[in-house]
Amino acid sequence: MTIKQRTAVQDRAAQDAPPPRRANPVWAFLRNSWRQLTSMRTALVLLFLLAIAAIPGSVLPQRSVNIERVAGYFRAHPDLAPFLDRLGMFDVYASVWFAAVYLLLFTSLVGCVAPRLLEHFRALRSVPPDAPKRLDRLPQHAPAADQAGEPAAVAATVAESLRKRLWRARLREHEGGVWTVGAEKGYLKETGNLLFHVALLAVLIGVGFGAWYGWHGNRLLVEGKDRGFCNAVTQYDESKLGARVGPEDLPTFCLELERFSVTFQPTGQPKTFGATVLVDEDGKETTRDFRVNHPLRLSGATVSLIGHGYAPMLRYTDRFGRQQTKVVPFLPRDGMFTSEGVATFPDVNIDPKTDRRDENLQVGFEGVYLPTVGDDNRPTSVFPAENNPVLFLTAYRGNLGVDAGVPGSVYSLDRGQIATGKLKRVSGDGRPHELKPGQAWTLDDGTKLEFLGTKRFATLAVRDDPTLPVVLAGAVLGLLGLMASLYGRRRRVFFRMSPLAIEGAPGGRTVMEAGGLPRTDYPGFADEFRGVVKAARGDEGTA
Amino acid sequence: MAELSNQLMAITVLAYLAAMVCFAAEYAFGNRSHIGRAAARELVGAGGPPVTAREAWKDEAVTDRGALIGRIGVGVNALALALHLGTLVTRSVAADRMPWGNMYEFILSVSFVGSVVWLGVLSRRPAIRHLGLFVTLAMVVLLGANGLIAYTPVGPLVPALNSYWYVIHVSTIILASGILLFGAVPATLFLIKSGYDQGRTRFPYPLGRRVPAAETLERLTFRLHAFAFPLFTFGALIAGPLWAEASWGRYWGWDPKEVWAFISWIVYAGYLHARATPSVKRTTATWIALIGFATMLMNLFGVNLFFEGLHSYANAG
Ligand code: HEM
Repeated sequence: MTIKQRTAVQDRAAQDAPPPRRANPVWAFLRNSWRQLTSMRTALVLLFLLAIAAIPGSVLPQRSVNIERVAGYFRAHPDLAPFLDRLGMFDVYASVWFAAVYLLLFTSLVGCVAPRLLEHFRALRSVPPDAPKRLDRLPQHAPAADQAGEPAAVAATVAESLRKRLWRARLREHEGGVWTVGAEKGYLKETGNLLFHVALLAVLIGVGFGAWYGWHGNRLLVEGKDRGFCNAVTQYDESKLGARVGPEDLPTFCLELERFSVTFQPTGQPKTFGATVLVDEDGKETTRDFRVNHPLRLSGATVSLIGHGYAPMLRYTDRFGRQQTKVVPFLPRDGMFTSEGVATFPDVNIDPKTDRRDENLQVGFEGVYLPTVGDDNRPTSVFPAENNPVLFLTAYRGNLGVDAGVPGSVYSLDRGQIATGKLKRVSGDGRPHELKPGQAWTLDDGTKLEFLGTKRFATLAVRDDPTLPVVLAGAVLGLLGLMASLYGRRRRVFFRMSPLAIEGAPGGRTVMEAGGLPRTDYPGFADEFRGVVKAARGDEGTA
Repeated sequence: MAELSNQLMAITVLAYLAAMVCFAAEYAFGNRSHIGRAAARELVGAGGPPVTAREAWKDEAVTDRGALIGRIGVGVNALALALHLGTLVTRSVAADRMPWGNMYEFILSVSFVGSVVWLGVLSRRPAIRHLGLFVTLAMVVLLGANGLIAYTPVGPLVPALNSYWYVIHVSTIILASGILLFGAVPATLFLIKSGYDQGRTRFPYPLGRRVPAAETLERLTFRLHAFAFPLFTFGALIAGPLWAEASWGRYWGWDPKEVWAFISWIVYAGYLHARATPSVKRTTATWIALIGFATMLMNLFGVNLFFEGLHSYANAG
C-alpha cells in the first residue's frame, strides 16, 4: 500500500465515522495500551513471562544465594560468565528485566482490580434485581403451586426465610396484587477475589520496602571470650544493607559465643546443635541460648545459626623465638567435617635488631583438619565429632602476597605467589605433615609450629526484616481471599406470588413460582435451590 | 523394619503394575466387546450426567467381561494402596518419625496422596474407571523412578527439619502435590478426548474412545486444581517461608526449590486465570495445567538431582 492509498483509506474512515470530538491520537494510543495491559490475556502472558524469567535463577548460581559458587562458575566458564553477568544472570531476582516483568504485572493488576473494586462496591450496595418475566427460562425452576395466604404475606414469609439463610432479599409489589422476591447470595466470591489480588499487592509492597529498610550480615564466630563481635558493618564477613539503611542505623549489640554444642547420630548426621551466647544490648549483658529453628530474637535483629565447624589453634615460634598464636576457622567441606583452611603468619621472623620485616620470611600453612581420621589414614574425615582428630598441613615460606592490597581469600593461600615462586613450599614434596593436638612440628629453618587443639565456631546470619509482619499479613489475607474466591458461588433466586381467586378461601390463596440462576459454575445448585424453595414454602420441618 | 519397608515398596510397585495390567486388559476387551462399545458411544454422545453413566456401567458389568476385569483392577489397585500405606508406615516406624525426611520418602508420600485421591474420586464417580490405566501407569513410573533414582537408607532427621512448621509445611505440600499430580490425569484425558471428539485419529487420540465425557473430565480437572491450589499456596508460600525464617533467618531466598515452587504456583495461577477467561479455550487452559504438572515434576526430581540447595533432604540422595 502506498502512503497515498493508506491516507485515502484513513480519510474515508474518518468521513464515515461520526466526527470524533477529541481525536487525540496520543490519548487514544495510551488508552488502548492501558486497556491491553489490564486485560486478562495480558495478565496471563505476564504471569508466564514471570515464571520463565524465574528459571535461570535456579540453573545458574546466584550471588544472593551462594557467592562462592558464582566465583566457581566464573573460573569454570571464563568466556561465558562475564557475558551472562552483563545480562544479570547471577542476580536474576534483582535484575532489571525481572523487575520489569513483575512491575508490569502489578501495574496490570492495579489497572484490573481498581475498577473492579469500584464496581463491586456498588454491587454490594445495590439491591438484588427484580424477578424476570419468565421464571421457567432460568436454569432452575419450581413450577407454580398454590399456597395459603395473601401474596403480600407469603412474600414476606419467603423473604424472611431467605434472609435467615443469609440471602439478601428484596420485596417488590406489582400491578394486580402480584409480589416478587429477588434474592442474591455469594458476594463473598468477588470480595475474596479482590482481597486476594489486593493482598498480592500488599505482599509486593512489603517485600519491596523490606529490601529498602532491611539488612543482613553473616559472621563466623569462634568460641571464647575476646572473640566476640559487635553489630557493625565492618565486623561482618559479608553484609548487605538496604538502600535506606546506613551503617549508623544498625542496632547496637555485641555477641560472644560462650559455648557451642553439637551431638551427632551414629551415622554422622547431626542430632542437635545449639549455642550459648553472651549478649550485650546497650550495656545490658544477658546469657541466651539458641538453636537451629529457634533463632535468637533481639530488638531490631534476628540471629540464626546456619553452620558450624572447627577452628584449630596454632602457635608459631619464629627464628628469634617469638611466638604467635592464631585460631583459624577451617571450613567444612563435607558432612563429616573434613575442613579446609590456612593459617598465615605475615608478621614473623622480624629481626629484633633492625625491627625490619623480611617479606620473604613470611610463613603460611595450608591443609585439612579431620575431626576423626579413618584407619586407612585417608585425608577425609569419617565422623564429624572429634574422636581421632588430625591436622594435615603443608608449610610455605616466602612472600604471602598479603600486602598487594588485593583482598584474598582467608581460606586458601595466594596461588599466584606460589606459581611465581615467591612463596615456596618448604615441607617437602611428600604427604602433608600430620599433627595431632599437642604435637609440634619443627620446620627446616628451625622454626616451630604447635597444634594446641581446636575451638568450635558457629556461622551466624544476622538479619532484620522490618516488613515481615506486612508480608505475612498479606499472604494470610491473600490465602483467605483466594479460598473465598475459589469456593464462593454467586447465585440468585426469584419468587413470584400471584393472587389466586378461590371462593370462600379464608385469608386468600397464592400461586407461587420460583426460579434460580447460578452466576458461577456450581454443580450443587439444583439441590440448594430445591432446599430454598422448600423452606420458602414453609415445609422445612416436614421435609 | 527398614528391610520390610523396602520389600513392601517393591511389592507395591508390582501391585500397581498388576492393577495397570487389569485396566489395560479392560481397555482391550472393551474395544472388542460390542456391548461395551455401544454403551460407551451412547454415553459419550449424550455427554450425559454422571448418574446415568453410573447406572449404565452397572448394567453393563454383568455382561461385559472387560468391565469385570476393570473391577478386579480396582480391587488390585486398592490392595496396592494398602501396600503403599504399609511401606510408609514401616518406613516411619523404622526411622521413628514421619515419612518425609528425604526426597525418597517425600515422593513416596506424594504418590500415596495421589493414589488416595484417585480411589476416593473413583468411589464417587465409577464412570471414570478408565482413567485407571493412566493413573496406575503414572504410579508405576513415579514409584519405580523413585526407588531407582532417589532411594535413601532410613536415617534420622537433620535438626533443621525438626520443627512443627516443617511438619505443617511438608504435609500440606505433600497433600497438595499429590492432588495436583493426580489432577494431570483427567487433564491429559480431557485433551485426548477433545481431540477424539474433533475426529482426530492419530495416536494418542483413539485412546479417547472409552473415557468419560470431555466436560466431566474438564470439570474434574478444575475442581482438583481449585482444591489443591490454596493448599499449595499455604504449604509452599506461607508455612515454608515461616519455617525458613526460623531456620535460616530469611523467609525467602530463591533457593532452587523455592524458585520452582514459585514457578509452579505462578503457572497454576495462570491455569486458574485462563480457565476464568472466557476468550481462552478450555483446551488451552488445560495445557497450562499440564505445564504446571511438568514444573511440579521438575521440583520433585529435577531440582533434587541437578541443583544444590539448602533444602537438606534434597542432597541426601
Ligand atoms: C500478580 C499476578 C496475579 C496472580 C498471581 C493472580 C492469581 C489469580 C488466581 C489464583 C485467581 C483464581 C481465583 C479465582 O478463580 O477466583 C485469579 C482470578 C482472577 N484474576 Fe488474577 N492474578 C494476578 C493478576 C491479575 C491481573 C493482572 C488481573 C487483571 C487483568 C487479574 C484478574 C483476575 C480476575 C478477573 C479473576 C477472577 C476470575 C473469575 O472469574 O473467577 N488477575 N487470579
